Amino acid sequence: MSQKLLEVENLKKYYPVTAGLLSRHVADVKAVDGVSFFIAEGETLGLVGESGCGKSSLGRALLRLEEPTSGQVFYRGNDITSFNRKQLKELRKEAQMIFQDPQSSLDPRMTIGDAIGEALLIHSVGTEKERLERVEELLKRVGLEPGHAARYPHELSGGQKQRAGIARALAVNPKLIVADEPVSALDVSVQAQILNLITDLQREFSLAYLFIAHDLAVIGQVSSRIAVMYLGQIVELATRDDLFRQPLHPYTQALLSAVFLPDPHQRRDRIPLPGEVPSPIDPPRGCRFHTRCPRAMSVCRQQTPLLKDIDGNHLVACYLYDGADTA
Amino acid sequence: MNHTILQIDQLKTYFFTRNGVVKAVDGISLGLRKGECLCLVGESGCGKTATALSILRLVDSPPGRIVGGKIRYHGEDLLQSSGARLRQIRGNHIAMIFQDPQSSLNPVFTVGNQIMEQISLHLKLGRSQARDRALALMEQVGIPQAEERMKYYPHQFSGGMKQRAMIAAALSCDPEILIADEPTTALDTTIKAQILDIFRNLKKERDMSILFITHDLGTVAGIADRIIVMYGGRIAEAGSVFDIFDQPKHPYTWGLLNCLPSIPERQKKMTPIPGVIPSLIDPPEGCIFYPRCQWRMPVCQQERPGEFIISGEHVAACYLYA
Repeated sequence: MSQKLLEVENLKKYYPVTAGLLSRHVADVKAVDGVSFFIAEGETLGLVGESGCGKSSLGRALLRLEEPTSGQVFYRGNDITSFNRKQLKELRKEAQMIFQDPQSSLDPRMTIGDAIGEALLIHSVGTEKERLERVEELLKRVGLEPGHAARYPHELSGGQKQRAGIARALAVNPKLIVADEPVSALDVSVQAQILNLITDLQREFSLAYLFIAHDLAVIGQVSSRIAVMYLGQIVELATRDDLFRQPLHPYTQALLSAVFLPDPHQRRDRIPLPGEVPSPIDPPRGCRFHTRCPRAMSVCRQQTPLLKDIDGNHLVACYLYDGADTA
Repeated sequence: MNHTILQIDQLKTYFFTRNGVVKAVDGISLGLRKGECLCLVGESGCGKTATALSILRLVDSPPGRIVGGKIRYHGEDLLQSSGARLRQIRGNHIAMIFQDPQSSLNPVFTVGNQIMEQISLHLKLGRSQARDRALALMEQVGIPQAEERMKYYPHQFSGGMKQRAMIAAALSCDPEILIADEPTTALDTTIKAQILDIFRNLKKERDMSILFITHDLGTVAGIADRIIVMYGGRIAEAGSVFDIFDQPKHPYTWGLLNCLPSIPERQKKMTPIPGVIPSLIDPPEGCIFYPRCQWRMPVCQQERPGEFIISGEHVAACYLYA
């Protein structure tokens, strides 16, 4: 396997809950609560989970767009949680982000060309003429016309805006891109165009992606490995094929069984999940999924299962596969 | 086969904007039968929501206006109905649910209150009777501890619970037709599956007719009896759920089905539909899919295709079948 590009260790991101006139700190929303994984060079790690599971918070904390509460993130072996401003700026050339809503992530008063060129300007790359050439080249690469450089975001369709967002992320030649729901705001015919672009660019520039999405089929299309998140923690992490063919965690099983495929003949027994996702302010003791798990045992209510490798490359945090440690 | 209770003929709903006339719905005909789920499928701007809003005459005017066609509910033309008659029909006979339950609930009243309001308004029931009915409805759509939850405000409900509450409100007067506009789009996978179960039960237990609007073909495969694929304000193809998924005929339907990611097998490379969704201001003379179609012929550019019958009730608006 190729080198680890990014390694995350026990990352936590808490948001304080305050109350009263003096904003007394009363509790924490534990959005990300002890997550560890790695991303290898040139691979796509998919991160899937339902709303509120902390997948977006994780993506942002990872690049220090928001300061993590604790834990470490190593980029090529260097701990970026200890980086100073200057080092962070250097990191931004290596690691970029694509957002869900291209409308709100592009400045409405800035032309597309300026938005893409801004990163080059900030990092003082090349002369002005070289920068303009680079913008033109990027526009062509993502399937836009050089003429789009002079346009404003509102003049572009949703798909075109997302292409511009991708061009902007590519401008500084990054090696890692965190893509947070990059296609979920797009129509299906456009979604396919963007997914193809994302995979083509990966091959061309040997990019690594952390691809965050709630749609399992979309995740499956682009990912080599997939991590499933529930209530701030990763419950299962496996190769794409293993996860789809042999999901181990009861939550993953339920999630997969709830997907409606575009096939009216499909007859699958759905695993019903009773109740709702508990609050991340006061998550359940023990395994966080035990309140809804159809296979919960007494140990699940008391102890927290760790994410363990049970089969080469298949990690799962569940006592069903951990008989020895239940004592 | 059940009889048609709602018949739309040649509906045209245009929006008169500063930039020109947007032909959002441009000659749509369809029939909704008793006890069936008919899905309107298409991407943004295909006119599916404008069609649904036109049925209850909820299109914002200006800029929108229904400029042609007929909408008959049990023979009565809703486009000719008086305001008073329409208010009777809305909620009592035809109810509607919207995509975003957050914006359809009033944040300053409790959820129970809002469902009760509909009941007392339409059914002329007293307070305690309305309360009992609201409670029964909330239980029916699977809201746990309904008695307690009646006192909650919308912000105390999760997205899925809000959508359940909206369905309860829509059902309050036992309508014959339920129009649901992207009711599951904002919901998570597992919650979506639960909400679709409610729709299935409504059809089975109450023999309700559902006009279900969505862009998600997975949802459609799970719930539809019949499907109408819309593109650019027109019908591209219509047929039973098996016609459309097993033997799609219109090039746009092919494109839609080909560009979906699939599991467990990965698509080697997805086949997107080239080009972009057309502007509905001054649409081209002929077939509106012409600019993106890989099977286009000279005739397609000259004249708008009519509906060609493939078999039974499977029709496609495409000259390939002329």
